[in-house]
Amino acid sequence: MSPQPQAAVGAPLSRVDGRLKVTGQAAYAADHDVEGMVHAVVVDSGIALGRITGIDVRAALAQPGVLKVISHLNAPKLAYRDNPGAFLDPEVGERLHVFQDDRVRFFGQPVAVVVARTLEAAQHAADLVKVSYRAGKSSTDLATTTRPVNDPMPAQDYERGAPEQALASAEVRLEQTYRATRNHHNAMEPHATIARWDGLSLTVWDKTQWVLGTRAELAAVFGLPQESVHVISPFVGGAFGNALRTWPHVTIAALAAREVRRPVKLVLTRRQLYYGVGYRPACEYTVRVGSDRSGRLTAMLHNLRAETSTYEHFAENTVVLGQMLYATPHVRQTFRTLPLDVNTPTFMRGPGFSTAAFAIESAMDELAHELGIDPIELRQRNEPETDQSNGRPFSTRRLRECFSVGAREFGWDRRDPRPRSTQDGDWLVGTGVASGCYDTLRSAAEAHVRLDADGTALIQAAASDMGPGTYTSMSQLAADALGLTMRTVRFELGDSDLPPAPPHGGSLTMASVGSAVQDGCDKLRQSAIKLAVEDERSPLHGVDAGDVIVRDGRLHLGSDPARGETYQQLLARNGRTHLEARGAFSPAAEQQFSTSAYSAVFAEVAVDRRLGLVRVRRMLGVYDVGRIISPKLADSQALGAMVGGIGMALLEHTVTDHRDGRIVNANLADYLVPVNADVPDLRAIYLEGEDPHADPIGVKGLGEIVKVGVAPAIANAVFHATGRRVRDLPITAEALL
Amino acid sequence: MYPFSYTKVSDTRAALAAGRSGGRYIAGGTTLVDLMRETVERPGTLVDISALPLREIMVTARGGLRIGALVRMAEAAADPKVRGTFPVISQALELSASAQLRNMATIGGNIMQRTRCAYFRDVTAVCNKREPGSGCAARDGFHRTHAILGTSDQCAATHPSDVAVAFAALEATVHLLGPDGQRSVAFSDFLLQPGRTPNREQALRAGELITAVEIPAHPRPLQSGYLKVRDRQSYEFALTSAAVALYVRDGVIREAKVAAGGVGTVPWKLPAVERRLIGERPSAALWARAAERAADGARPLEHNRFKVDLLKRTVERQLRIVGGTE
Repeated sequence: MSPQPQAAVGAPLSRVDGRLKVTGQAAYAADHDVEGMVHAVVVDSGIALGRITGIDVRAALAQPGVLKVISHLNAPKLAYRDNPGAFLDPEVGERLHVFQDDRVRFFGQPVAVVVARTLEAAQHAADLVKVSYRAGKSSTDLATTTRPVNDPMPAQDYERGAPEQALASAEVRLEQTYRATRNHHNAMEPHATIARWDGLSLTVWDKTQWVLGTRAELAAVFGLPQESVHVISPFVGGAFGNALRTWPHVTIAALAAREVRRPVKLVLTRRQLYYGVGYRPACEYTVRVGSDRSGRLTAMLHNLRAETSTYEHFAENTVVLGQMLYATPHVRQTFRTLPLDVNTPTFMRGPGFSTAAFAIESAMDELAHELGIDPIELRQRNEPETDQSNGRPFSTRRLRECFSVGAREFGWDRRDPRPRSTQDGDWLVGTGVASGCYDTLRSAAEAHVRLDADGTALIQAAASDMGPGTYTSMSQLAADALGLTMRTVRFELGDSDLPPAPPHGGSLTMASVGSAVQDGCDKLRQSAIKLAVEDERSPLHGVDAGDVIVRDGRLHLGSDPARGETYQQLLARNGRTHLEARGAFSPAAEQQFSTSAYSAVFAEVAVDRRLGLVRVRRMLGVYDVGRIISPKLADSQALGAMVGGIGMALLEHTVTDHRDGRIVNANLADYLVPVNADVPDLRAIYLEGEDPHADPIGVKGLGEIVKVGVAPAIANAVFHATGRRVRDLPITAEALL
Repeated sequence: MYPFSYTKVSDTRAALAAGRSGGRYIAGGTTLVDLMRETVERPGTLVDISALPLREIMVTARGGLRIGALVRMAEAAADPKVRGTFPVISQALELSASAQLRNMATIGGNIMQRTRCAYFRDVTAVCNKREPGSGCAARDGFHRTHAILGTSDQCAATHPSDVAVAFAALEATVHLLGPDGQRSVAFSDFLLQPGRTPNREQALRAGELITAVEIPAHPRPLQSGYLKVRDRQSYEFALTSAAVALYVRDGVIREAKVAAGGVGTVPWKLPAVERRLIGERPSAALWARAAERAADGARPLEHNRFKVDLLKRTVERQLRIVGGTE
């Protein structure tokens, strides 16, 4: 058997859609122009809890060009059927129904929408809508709320061994509370939807990470069969998890289009993006650790509180990390959400794991300092043999190697372990590390592959590309599997009519869609080879199909490249316009292994000893993520997540005025994300190899793991630099003065 | 945004005529247009003055500097006369905003810019500056970035400009042209503390136009510089800042010009610090002793208490940077 040569996979290729993007030709949701389109602008609530007592639309309607103002006073009842396929929606609770009643559940809730012929008219009319309320006493502060906690959802509580007893008898004990503040995704592209009805059929151009999820939700909300809804989303300008769910504005756009009988475009303003879509929930994470004098963990008890809305119990997956990252015989976890008068939070890059890693990896650093053990050594001493949460062996777990490679490349051996030991002018310099881990998720996916008589191929799946480069990486896989070049393959995604793909989140696109693409392309290549070896007129007639490979669109014997023919010749001679194949992937029903991506993150920071300013000087991430399909795009993911991690550690903080639930910094001038000047020398290293048990293409997922561990590495470096332990994010000057 | 009419004028006479009938001057538009979009500003008529001949930077007869009101921030910062004579001005400009904004925004507009107080910029919140008498949402709300100096019960919003801090330090003058002719106002009198009228921010009469900012001559060589302290390293307003200019002769400080930003409702001149410096020899101890007075009279709120200390440290650091360490 001759293996198919690898040319595109593993090569540091640029994005196939890069030119389209940098020349402005890539059409994002709001860029589409639909004939007869009018504009909708949302009016949102100025209280966090209460009832609407009146909506005065007279001034708005008097504006030239205004077509309609829709609110609960005149909106039709919508079906809002159950949507059993919405597995990313919280299990408990009910999604927000728009314009169906007079209740206000959070500040910024949509209470009306103005539709007008021009955007300017709609914006101005929206300003003129006067809403009056009867406000209740709202509660929006996780730290001070007196609301009773929600009942636990399944898998929120966990226990193994006898944690309290183990903690009581531990030689060393440590208890600390860490606070991760609310963060907003703040993707560059605002959420936008264009909706058009053709009779009872609905087409939407939407910003979404899951066209099939949007289709299913719109069908459920409007009581339509799924076939009647068509969702188109070829480009997504960043999302970080925030376009996984179908948020209320999508329904509003479709509702408005139906009411005014015209296509409607609705773009959320930057301010509305802080209320109209989700965010990473604030979380208080208390860790109690017991260990022996040598640093071996005996018990770890985790107590978590996180915010959610009153109408849905969203919980990040914050519990897995504490169950399996380190060998710990005795573990207890208690996780409660608190129902606040806020909109429902959602998944944000590295969901749950990023938050948990800040707490656990800070605590490990505190323990290392307490025991006088090197923080890397402490982690190595607690490396588990198996996944203690389920008893499974690890498919691959190379965290030790991540640390050893990282230590060497970062120069860890030059580190003076004493806090505040290194000074450079006004700056105190410190280094820190943290582990990262993210569960490798996989989900069923399909792909359609078609090879045309001209020797070019089209591969299709209802996948998404929110930025990681799905178009490119899938093309790389397909090019190699089909024996074509990057120029002769094309990948299509972002359309609900294409073969089914899972949500573009949780780092499962490459593992799932990629495996389906690989499968479809392998099948197609094999069918072409079969056609050739069975064709008497083919130079390959009669040879063993397993000895044939395809390179640059030419089928030939692996051992004799001269003997062969091109796809074009093969198809033309056989009178075939094309060949096609359907690829599929579905994960094993019962996992035999514990499969996760791992990382070791290193950070060097400088802290101005008088002014308290923290500046990251360099970072290194070493990743055990299985096979790397597209190294240049992998770097974009890893470095981008380090930038996001700098934000989480030092800058990002959604500030709520708890008097009325208003977000005070709902704009990009006041909600700080890192700018270029904040981004230092960043480097990513990927351990070579693949995970043969993870999926057919050996990948473990990359987009999430790269965010996990960044914030604690920085926080630990701040401690090393200054001797000050900051347990609340973000770490700002006032904590270090 | 509320509807408005727009007119572009090509000479100051036409500008003043339009201004007198209630027109609102617009130059770079980098603040005004934002605020119009937020409906904080609702001018009926915009008078575009960007074509007026106010774009010169001149050395005055006495050796000071006169910067035309319509000189772009980027132009002023890069001008060799500015950079050579008053690096503090160039530095303050270059640490402001972003490159794109500095290419649009003008010197006159910069000192006219309005506060970044989140409640001022959110028309659904109460704000005495926006609607006199409605109340101050910031006082009991979120005010980490707010002023600790020059505040009143009515308002604690900072003036956000950096270059205005340098102008305050250097004791600049603002040249105005109005229906009644020209006049000049000391920079320290031009920007107004909130008091009981936080809606009044400048000592401008109706229809008056800023024509230039003049920096008086200072003894040379004048060492100067600007330090801006902020959470992120670019594109953010100051938590604290310090503009320092020192004239040292024979090892003794003869002139000291010091002002602070990010801490006052207006750029905050620090005469008490200046007095401690004059006649002394530069030393680390002197910087610390002088900076001790930087927060005199501060009235912090709950979230910006840290600014009292941070301000002193900022001034101390910048005295050292400009004056050198022993």
